Amino acid sequence: MSGITKTLDSHPMSKDEMRTAYVNALIRAAREDDKVVSVNCDLSSSTGTVPFANEFPGRSFNVGIAEANGCGVAAGLSAVGFIPFYHSFAVFSSRRICDQVFQSCAYAGLNVKIMGCDAGVSATYNGGTHMSFEDVGVLRSIPEITIVEPSDTVMMGALVPLIKEIYGVVYMRSPRKQIPDVYPAGASFALGKAALLREGADVALIASGMTVVNALAAADMLAADGIGARVVDMFTIKPIDRACVVECAECTGAIVTAENHNIIGGLGSAVAEVLAEERPTPMSRVGIRDSFGEVGTQDYLMEKFGLTPEEIYRKAKEVIKRKKA
Amino acid sequence: MQGVDTKGGAGVEAMRRLSADIRIETIRALAEAGFGHIGGSASIADVLGVLYGGVMRIDPANPGWAERDWLVLSKGHCGPALYAALALKGFFPMDWLKTVNKGGTRLPSHADRRKTPGVDMSTGSLGQGISAAVGIALGNKTKGFDNYTYCIVGDGELNEGQIWEAAQSANTFGLDRFILFVDWNKKQLDGELDYVSPPLDIRGKFESFGFQSQTVKGYDAEAIYTAICRAKEETGKPSVIILDTLKGLGVSFAERESFNHYMTIDEGMAKEGIEEIERRYAAGTYPGGDLL
Repeated sequence: MSGITKTLDSHPMSKDEMRTAYVNALIRAAREDDKVVSVNCDLSSSTGTVPFANEFPGRSFNVGIAEANGCGVAAGLSAVGFIPFYHSFAVFSSRRICDQVFQSCAYAGLNVKIMGCDAGVSATYNGGTHMSFEDVGVLRSIPEITIVEPSDTVMMGALVPLIKEIYGVVYMRSPRKQIPDVYPAGASFALGKAALLREGADVALIASGMTVVNALAAADMLAADGIGARVVDMFTIKPIDRACVVECAECTGAIVTAENHNIIGGLGSAVAEVLAEERPTPMSRVGIRDSFGEVGTQDYLMEKFGLTPEEIYRKAKEVIKRKKA
Repeated sequence: MQGVDTKGGAGVEAMRRLSADIRIETIRALAEAGFGHIGGSASIADVLGVLYGGVMRIDPANPGWAERDWLVLSKGHCGPALYAALALKGFFPMDWLKTVNKGGTRLPSHADRRKTPGVDMSTGSLGQGISAAVGIALGNKTKGFDNYTYCIVGDGELNEGQIWEAAQSANTFGLDRFILFVDWNKKQLDGELDYVSPPLDIRGKFESFGFQSQTVKGYDAEAIYTAICRAKEETGKPSVIILDTLKGLGVSFAERESFNHYMTIDEGMAKEGIEEIERRYAAGTYPGGDLL
């Protein structure tokens, strides 16, 4: 595998919210390319797109609380050559508009970028109805879709121009508020290519989104026990970096995935599929264990659903035991 | 470029002939396949004949021409009628029509923009095409183009909530070059609209959503043409034209069946259907003949 992507030594809360990093990147993209347009579903302030509408009023369209229609309108805008970025909460950008994403966007071969904010436990006080633990699972089986999940504001800023440049349907899930910084300013990424953050020979921790920083913390805890943990940020969940997954298996013989999503259908499933077909390897999945969300602070929910560094650490120790058995 | 010079008269006669040919070629294609969605294809043959017979600004040699008029067949299961129109206009060879619904075809049962030259949107799951059409009209308006976006929805399709979401957006965005047709053929798959889900006042509903509305004989080329001209008058509003018609209209074997959404069609039926279309056309009657 190519070089290690540098991460910060400590992980303070970001200065900007994720939605701010997002809209700033979208505005930069739109200044360079007049095909970039924004479709909103009455959640502009929540998704953070108001500054885009202020700068480009003629390229920002609000369909109101009509997510399915908004997705179809975005498809139509793409048909005439625009690059629409569609905005809603992750729950609505996936399960509510699944058939529209399938037929009007993907099956039709159009170029629509679908943003799902408040992914997973980051929906906090909106609770179970708004807590997307299934969005990746809902969309991952639709052909030709790219699914990404940035793990901090730096990566968010880097991914927006990349997903604008590729033709096709992209789904991006993300928290909207501040999350810990992972990468130094200026870090660069390639779609479909996982970022290797740390080397280690005993276990590989493959994470995405908000769990990346916890995987790094778990790696520190494992290091204190003399266990070397390889850490990978699998920010492109589809198409998954198969070579990286296989390499993780070959180098460590034990895999733990960590995701802010149901362990069914998301990153853990995607990694398991690759391992089962290419290199069967003991693995364990950290994530929501097939249950619904609920209200609470993010810390409460991370603890409640077992998304903590401690849980990743425990799962790593357990899977290493299975390797040796 | 075609379609900018029609002013009724001989133009309408050409539209009538094209509609007859669309019915004939649809019957031939579905008979070749042995089955298909004949009922709803028959009832839109006349509007397709008017649109492709002179109204739409199109270039069959350049189906991707950005400033063309666009058509979204939201009731995507009636793709075969659209394919007949497109083949007759020269978007692709006529012999493609023999491949409808066969493995490997570029003419699948439901309209597919990736497979068929001249098909502007992929449709099939009902209620979605109209939103895409609104997006197309919005995009063209944003570009400052003067082209029109047409969309055909089924009357049963009006059951779908997304239709009304899209209608709201057509009003919100002031899409005065968006012209919607409702194929009011009175039947959906499980039976009469009034049996399955009464549509109530279709025209009044669209008017309350901010549309200019008209109801016309959906089998009368001149009436359809006149309604389109009226819809193009500057009103600042999107337009809806409700096509008062009957499912299976103009295809004798389908007219006789109460369930004609989807039928098996053999060569004998095709022969009879085509002869009857020619007889009615020669007699100068409406395509539905004695039924009307």
